[in-house]
Amino acid sequence: MTTATADFDVRRHDSLGLRIQHVLHANPVLGPLAVLIVAIIAFSIVNSRFFSAPNLSLVLAQVTVIATLALGQTLVILTAGIDLSAGAIAVFSSILMANFCTKLNMPGLLALLLGFACGTAMGAVNGALVTRIKLPPFIVTLGTLTIFFSLNSVVSRSETVRGSDMPDLMTWTGTTIPIGNFRLTYGSIIMLALFAYFFYALSSTAWGKHVYATGDDIEAARLAGIQTSRVLFSVYTVAGLLYAVAGWILIGRLASASPNVGVDYNLDSITAVVLGGTSLFGGRGSVLGTLIGALIVGVFRNGLQLAGVEVVWQGFAIGLLVLIAVSLDQWIRKVKT
Amino acid sequence: MSTEAAAARGGGSATANGAPVLQAKNLTKRYGKVTAIDGSDLELYPNEILAVIGDNGAGKSSLIKALSGALIPDSGEIYLDGQQVHFRTPMDARSAGIETVYQTLAVAPGLDIADNLFLGREERRPGVLGSVFRMLDRKHMRSEAKRHMNELGVATLQNIGQAVESLSGGQRQAVAVARSAAFGSKVVILDEPTAALGVKEGNRVLQLIRDVRDRGLPVILISHNMPHVFEVADRIHIQRLGRRATVITPKSHSMSEAVAIMTGAAPPPPHSA
Repeated sequence: MTTATADFDVRRHDSLGLRIQHVLHANPVLGPLAVLIVAIIAFSIVNSRFFSAPNLSLVLAQVTVIATLALGQTLVILTAGIDLSAGAIAVFSSILMANFCTKLNMPGLLALLLGFACGTAMGAVNGALVTRIKLPPFIVTLGTLTIFFSLNSVVSRSETVRGSDMPDLMTWTGTTIPIGNFRLTYGSIIMLALFAYFFYALSSTAWGKHVYATGDDIEAARLAGIQTSRVLFSVYTVAGLLYAVAGWILIGRLASASPNVGVDYNLDSITAVVLGGTSLFGGRGSVLGTLIGALIVGVFRNGLQLAGVEVVWQGFAIGLLVLIAVSLDQWIRKVKT
Repeated sequence: MSTEAAAARGGGSATANGAPVLQAKNLTKRYGKVTAIDGSDLELYPNEILAVIGDNGAGKSSLIKALSGALIPDSGEIYLDGQQVHFRTPMDARSAGIETVYQTLAVAPGLDIADNLFLGREERRPGVLGSVFRMLDRKHMRSEAKRHMNELGVATLQNIGQAVESLSGGQRQAVAVARSAAFGSKVVILDEPTAALGVKEGNRVLQLIRDVRDRGLPVILISHNMPHVFEVADRIHIQRLGRRATVITPKSHSMSEAVAIMTGAAPPPPHSA
């Protein structure tokens, strides 16, 4: 390289630890994937029922709502934000859809689309507060979380709407297609399709690059000519729509629309994102990781249950996993240059 | 840019002949009672590196911001190739052909070299893939990025898909300079490009700046580093108390004379360049 007029040093040989650090840095999905595979193998050894088609179907159905929420959460976290209102938007949207059907006698499709529009609008409120009033996302969504749950109680009068009182479209997401012994719900198919779409959007469109750049260094992104406010607003708004879709999937899963579920959905969605290797500091991560992260949560809960571990200790295990994941993220970010 | 004018001026030798590419006349900017620029002028000629030096508060960064669209002056005129321009945003200046590399390194550390080079002006695939699916033309952007980096002789960056944060400070600066050179059609403005670098890397970036000039793009270099300024600059614009004190050349004055003029210890001589 002596011919170059301005050559720069190439990286020298690194130790094994550093090399692992670099591999994980370049492929952040590898860590979570390894955890998922090891967990599946371990739980299969502990209880042979774990790796059976009916049980795996159950795991997938259980993680579908959280995974969809976590997809929206991933977009927000990639921009170095956080969305505490994810669960509230999902539950409130599901309550709105259900009440549109039962109280206003709307046809299923109209109620569904209107519900999506409401979720999108709630996301847009978050986005507007973050970009216009320039409040920290944590504070904004803490406020809207409380407001949306409060409105949720007002609209629902704390009553659950039964699935049988709604048009079939509302509970369609819970119906299953058998593939051998495996039973796939339509909700899971929608969830997987959304992940595929956003995997594409983030990796292969300018919008995706701008989301990463904004989360990475918002000032640098702005100086590069990216309209960062527009990017942030779009992210919160799209996340709102995704939460509303999660609300629809939730109705199918519960065969009802209940205002009292989902209190812990916010934290579960963040857990899935973090376990999937997406950095809370923004600019780093992928939706593929989030899908794996959501599966890790599902596999751990289900596997520990089958292993006879009490419910109270399941939370302990998952909390421990989160701490390990965040520590790993800190270590990976410290790549020497 | 007129290539004849460039040729006549003989590749970087510094005399103030020909028409300026970029010219500022009597720029003023006040913030309340504070006057940041007080009737400042600036001329940048084809094929030169014009260094802008000045003490803290001399108004050099405000002057540069006005030229790059990051600040709207209260009064005064800016001409690009003889045409008056009014920049309201950095994008305005950029689309007019003025690329600025900010001190805060406008690169996204997590994105790779190619992504960074095209950040904010990504290219889409032709046809339906681009128009409907908005798919980026990765292959083309990568090969273009590679070409730009090679043109500037930054040859050891073999992997254009490498994340920028895995690069050294000098390499990052090289990416930022390459981006400005690739897209700047008229002027490249570099704000303290060597400030965060070691000696070796600083020198490499200086070479990069010369390469940019030799490819026909005039450069405005803002720097505190006198040895660097005297090494690469064709002319040196000294900013003092919000206006241009004088313009000298590395041949006409020594480093300590320049510092004396800059700080007011010596009276500014008439323009020697």
